[in-house]
Amino acid sequence: MSRFFVLAPVWGWLALLLAVPLAIVLAIALGETADRVPPFALGFSLESFRTILTDPLYRDALFMSLRVAGLSTAGCLLLGYPMALGIARAPERWRDPLLLAAMLPFWTGFPMRINAWIGLLADDGWMVAALSWLTGSPVRLLYTDAALYLGVVYTYLPFMVLPLFASLSRLDPALDDAAADLGAPPWVRLLRVTLPLSAPGIAAGCVLVFIPAVGEYAIPELLGGPGAQLAGRVLWSEFFANRDWPMASALAVTLLVLLLVVPALARHMLAARKYCNNDTLNRFQQRG
Amino acid sequence: MRRALSSLFLLILFGLLPARAERVVNVYNWTDYIDPQALKRFTAETGIAVRYDVFDSLETLEAKLLAGHSGYDVVTPSNEPSFSRLIGAGALAPIDRAKVPNWKNLDLALMRRMESSDPGNKYGGIYLFGTIGLGINPDRIKKLAPNARMDSWDLLFKPENARSIAPCGISMMDSAIDVIPSVLRYLGKNPDSIGTDDLAAVEKTLMGVRPFIRTFASGGNLEALASGQICLALVYSGDAIQAAARAAEAKKDVTVRYIAPREGAEIGFDMLAIPADAPHKDEAHAFIDFLLRPEIMAGITNVVRYPNAVPASRPMIAPELLADTNVFPTEAQLAGFFTIGPVPQAAERARTRLWARFKAGK
Repeated sequence: MSRFFVLAPVWGWLALLLAVPLAIVLAIALGETADRVPPFALGFSLESFRTILTDPLYRDALFMSLRVAGLSTAGCLLLGYPMALGIARAPERWRDPLLLAAMLPFWTGFPMRINAWIGLLADDGWMVAALSWLTGSPVRLLYTDAALYLGVVYTYLPFMVLPLFASLSRLDPALDDAAADLGAPPWVRLLRVTLPLSAPGIAAGCVLVFIPAVGEYAIPELLGGPGAQLAGRVLWSEFFANRDWPMASALAVTLLVLLLVVPALARHMLAARKYCNNDTLNRFQQRG
Repeated sequence: MRRALSSLFLLILFGLLPARAERVVNVYNWTDYIDPQALKRFTAETGIAVRYDVFDSLETLEAKLLAGHSGYDVVTPSNEPSFSRLIGAGALAPIDRAKVPNWKNLDLALMRRMESSDPGNKYGGIYLFGTIGLGINPDRIKKLAPNARMDSWDLLFKPENARSIAPCGISMMDSAIDVIPSVLRYLGKNPDSIGTDDLAAVEKTLMGVRPFIRTFASGGNLEALASGQICLALVYSGDAIQAAARAAEAKKDVTVRYIAPREGAEIGFDMLAIPADAPHKDEAHAFIDFLLRPEIMAGITNVVRYPNAVPASRPMIAPELLADTNVFPTEAQLAGFFTIGPVPQAAERARTRLWARFKAGK
């Protein structure tokens, strides 16, 4: 009984802020547009879902979102891993300042930082001037895919660095020393000792970056070109520009389903690998 | 950017004011569409603070009003399709003429034209009006496309012209409502057409120039034109004319001109209206009454360079604006402009889908 009371706030929170809003979104998704306030009528129509599945516009938008989120996650990992490793292996007194330096820019508001990038990447900015001079031909950065990826990687990098750091700083340095004593060169130690041991941190970082990046609206809108119609942007225009609430809600539901499937798959794969490792271990033991 | 910051500052300023003043009016207006002095004077005279917020497309305005409880007291939708659609959806409150003595200043002939959207003129009075056409940087376009006619939609909608001008920057208004009728008119079709073949022709025309469009923007066009970042933009007349004035002030060797294309430009009237659920209706009426004073309207036209519907304001309007036929069109020009009607809900999805494909470029 007391357990019920302790958990009541949690269940209340989940019901009020997760289940109820989801039910409302699903109800609107099954409705139809109408000329009134608010602009929809309840009903049971699968028309919006049918359009999403058949119109290439939405399929392309969802695929593009997954691609941008996937490549950006990879970018964050490639950039964030050396950063996190560097911080974790730095002398004790340097760790906090370095970690702070990685986080500090994010104490400034997000719109301010993106607007700063708009200024930096603009046609009359010094980055364009420098790149044009280096390549000998005029370069454009703002409103291109390059700017889009740059913006996403820049924004989500801390979400990768933090869990990686947490996982890497907990590693026992003795393991690395042991591998070195047994003659493993540095890159083998990185690939076969450090990397596998930090797998939980990599998984956490990737999920933390990938999930919000899939639904990202602001960065493609502000930095990306008009062709970068990601799911978040298409959803926005269905809701605001087209006043098509059922379509926008149906898109949100579809996106949510996709986002539930991806982490489930990731967990499944991790579990499978663990099983596989145990398997090899067993074989070793049997041989021994 | 500097403009964005200064308007942000203004917003914060207006946001802070109501802490002291008790009466408030929440105004939701187009970007760059007011004389800031008028707002100050209104507060000084009436003690009613103005919380001022802006939108950059009819889509955004309709989205907020149709969601309900927007909190706004005065809004400025264009007569078609937004104003009539909002009336139909029951989103607007009728204007109480007894609280708006200056209603008598409105041009009766123009108000009669509004009756097709609002029979009896119950829900709104004209604020300002303008056309939709092209904002151009004539010097640079002449260099890039020397053979293109400068007074025609061809400048934008003919792929060979767009291709030549593209390096200098082309911007498209991000609004299906405002662009599709102009393309239909350019193609010699009925601007209200919902025919599948007509829309397919529109899509073909738009897609033909899609590779040459750098950005889709409504609010951003003005600054980009004035600073020379783009050379060709589909814009509201007053925005291009304001950009021309700002470019001249900046003295950075950028010239901007507005063109109402000879094939015909859409004329739109922005209406002063009150949302049905406006929390401060008395203040809203006072604000509308204040705006309809001849000297206030003259001040607004002088700043935003759109004509108004208060004839008594004319003597106080800058002579060069009165002489500019882009601002105050001649009777002959007026005859060449077209107005649009409402589009049925079902047909609208076809239009918005077309627009989404156009933006995505596939």
